[in-house]
Amino acid sequence: MKPLHLLALLFTAVPGLAHAALNIFACEPEWGALATELGGDAVRVYAATTAFQDPHRIEARPSLIAQMRRADLAVCTGAELEIGWLPILLRQSGNAAIQPGKPGYFEAARQVAMLDKPAVLDRAQGDVHAAGNPHIQTDPRNIARVAQALSARLIEIDPDHATLYRTRLADFNTRWNAAMARWQIQAAPLKGMNIVVQHQAFPYMENWLGLKRVAVLEPKPGVEPTLGHLAEVAAQLKAAPAKAVLRAAYQSARPAEWLANHAGLSVVVLPFTVGGSDRAQDLFGLFDDSLAQLLKAVQ
Amino acid sequence: MLRPALMVAALAAALPAYADTDLDALRAEIQEMKTSYEARIQALESRLQAAESNTAVTLPAIATPQGETAQPARNAFNPEISFILQGGYAHLKDLPERHITGFLPDGTPEETTRGFSANESELVLSASIDPYFRGYLNAVLNDGSIGVEEAWFQTLALGRGLTLKGGRFRSGMGYQNEQHPHAWDFATNNLMYEALFGEGYGNDGLQLNWVAPTELFTELGAEIGRGANFPGTDRNQNGIGSYTLYGHVGGDVGNSHSWRGGVSYLSARATDRSGSFMDFADISVDTSFTGDSQTWLADFVWKWAPRGNASVNNFKFAAELFRREEDGSLNCTGGMCGAGSPGTYQTTQYGGYAQGVYQFMPRWRTGYRYDLLDPGSRDYGINNAYLPRSNYRPTRHALMVDYSPSEFSRLRLQYTKDRASEGQDENQWYVQYIYSLGSHGAHAF
Repeated sequence: MKPLHLLALLFTAVPGLAHAALNIFACEPEWGALATELGGDAVRVYAATTAFQDPHRIEARPSLIAQMRRADLAVCTGAELEIGWLPILLRQSGNAAIQPGKPGYFEAARQVAMLDKPAVLDRAQGDVHAAGNPHIQTDPRNIARVAQALSARLIEIDPDHATLYRTRLADFNTRWNAAMARWQIQAAPLKGMNIVVQHQAFPYMENWLGLKRVAVLEPKPGVEPTLGHLAEVAAQLKAAPAKAVLRAAYQSARPAEWLANHAGLSVVVLPFTVGGSDRAQDLFGLFDDSLAQLLKAVQ
Repeated sequence: MLRPALMVAALAAALPAYADTDLDALRAEIQEMKTSYEARIQALESRLQAAESNTAVTLPAIATPQGETAQPARNAFNPEISFILQGGYAHLKDLPERHITGFLPDGTPEETTRGFSANESELVLSASIDPYFRGYLNAVLNDGSIGVEEAWFQTLALGRGLTLKGGRFRSGMGYQNEQHPHAWDFATNNLMYEALFGEGYGNDGLQLNWVAPTELFTELGAEIGRGANFPGTDRNQNGIGSYTLYGHVGGDVGNSHSWRGGVSYLSARATDRSGSFMDFADISVDTSFTGDSQTWLADFVWKWAPRGNASVNNFKFAAELFRREEDGSLNCTGGMCGAGSPGTYQTTQYGGYAQGVYQFMPRWRTGYRYDLLDPGSRDYGINNAYLPRSNYRPTRHALMVDYSPSEFSRLRLQYTKDRASEGQDENQWYVQYIYSLGSHGAHAF
């Protein structure tokens, strides 16, 4: 049985390929960026998705399984955002360290207070998430909370670098607090602004900035906008006008543009996560650019 | 704070059970509770916001040690339950049997239901058993029978890239083999899998899978099992009835392309495997095969989505090839074979399929598949005198359009040009629905 010999050889010949740096598998770019802020050179971050991909709909690609296999820590949003693909990666990776319940599995959504929890779970309501709306990264206060917990997790997994993680967290907190104070002042004109959103992707940002969502382009969460529904929204906006229609960089441009043309409001394309625009190259840039885009709509 | 909320949830969940008269009263009650709570929550929120804006600079949220906030279980259901409803309409010729010329059938007669039908419904249950194992059950419900398609456990904590699966499972070889019919891109199976396994190769046994710690996805797997399914037979004995070896590699090319390819091998043994052939007089004769069956598979899948975002446009190409060698003896009875004619049976046969599926706008996909089999070389010993060895190459073309209102529903129209059996040239039409109820399943690549 020659093939079996070959197999046995391969099992033993490839050792753990030990890396000094902690391998982090970040499901979304914002957690990848946060892990880099907190871990510096002690971590090696792989971001599984980009700002131009819909985090609900990712293929469980072979490359992702290979990366999950090597991960020491998986940092994901949770709250069922990745339910269509992450379970496959976890199961097929054969990696015991990052299974749910282990220190190597970190869910950001567990660190924050969730909004939009559905009272009734029924698919007739579209793609609703039992735990609440998972797009928590659009509020910088959530980022701060997740940073706290993620840093603690890094220390738990990699105690050798505890001092480094503590120092970097303190440094990040200082810079982040200063930035939040700045954003708070910059965002003052946005308070109370009426907006339309393409997908319910921004409840945390709405909550943070005091934006008022008056309509959603998707007839139900996760259901692509239809022309009929867009027309209804346009008619509704005649009675209660809004300043802007918001969409994330990954979403199709057409529904928001259609509405902008028919209801006379401006389109605001938000980076939504790190990498979603030229300015949003890190977490600070993400919020700098998001606010800049929103402020354009007020002027 | 929590209790009334729970009550609302419980009432809401219980609602469908009430008669209509009670319904409105309850609805009104719940609405009232909801509005009163919403008002209170809004009041609290505005107070919170006021407090926050007063202290925004000095009191960022970091100070609050949040910890793991209480959340509902990761999945709404434990175990995760999903149910798949399939059915549709088939416009087919009235043929008593459908043969693939030159290939021994798998024993189960090919689905030839004409007109409307509710095909098999699938029930899928899965859950983590404990921190070490996960369990999975896939049962098929038909009139008067329940078939266990898969029932297995899988390790979660072996580590080092190793996963052990045990029980009844679909083999990890090839590409389409692990997919159940609801996950197929076409309403009907491809000719290759039909000829090789009937539907797909399953086994009762063990599977060991290893993923290499490399950037290039590399997996190796070995399976051993009872080997009771076609091309093997149940032989009522101790030991290993069949074994499988497979390997896959895969990766990305840029942001938009991903691929996976592999080779697999199946070794099985058959004793008195029953089938049927047409003799020279075109009369169906019964056959019984005893011997070894070896199958090699090669599979390749390539997927494209602009910047990896498949929501508007995407394309998938898949192709598989096989070579099967069977070596043993074949006894035929009936027709020209008379009361029984034992002969040798040595065949080397080939075939494959290639398919492309394109999503041209959100919700809409179209696809084309081409099937081709080559009967290859066959030697039936003395039965060469009774059984024709035509060089006919069975082919099939399939063209489909499907529409998926959501991830959980799909409607499909398919046209098939079926030339699987020599002398037949059939135009087939299928209308199919696939609905998935319950928990949100994740689909493999």
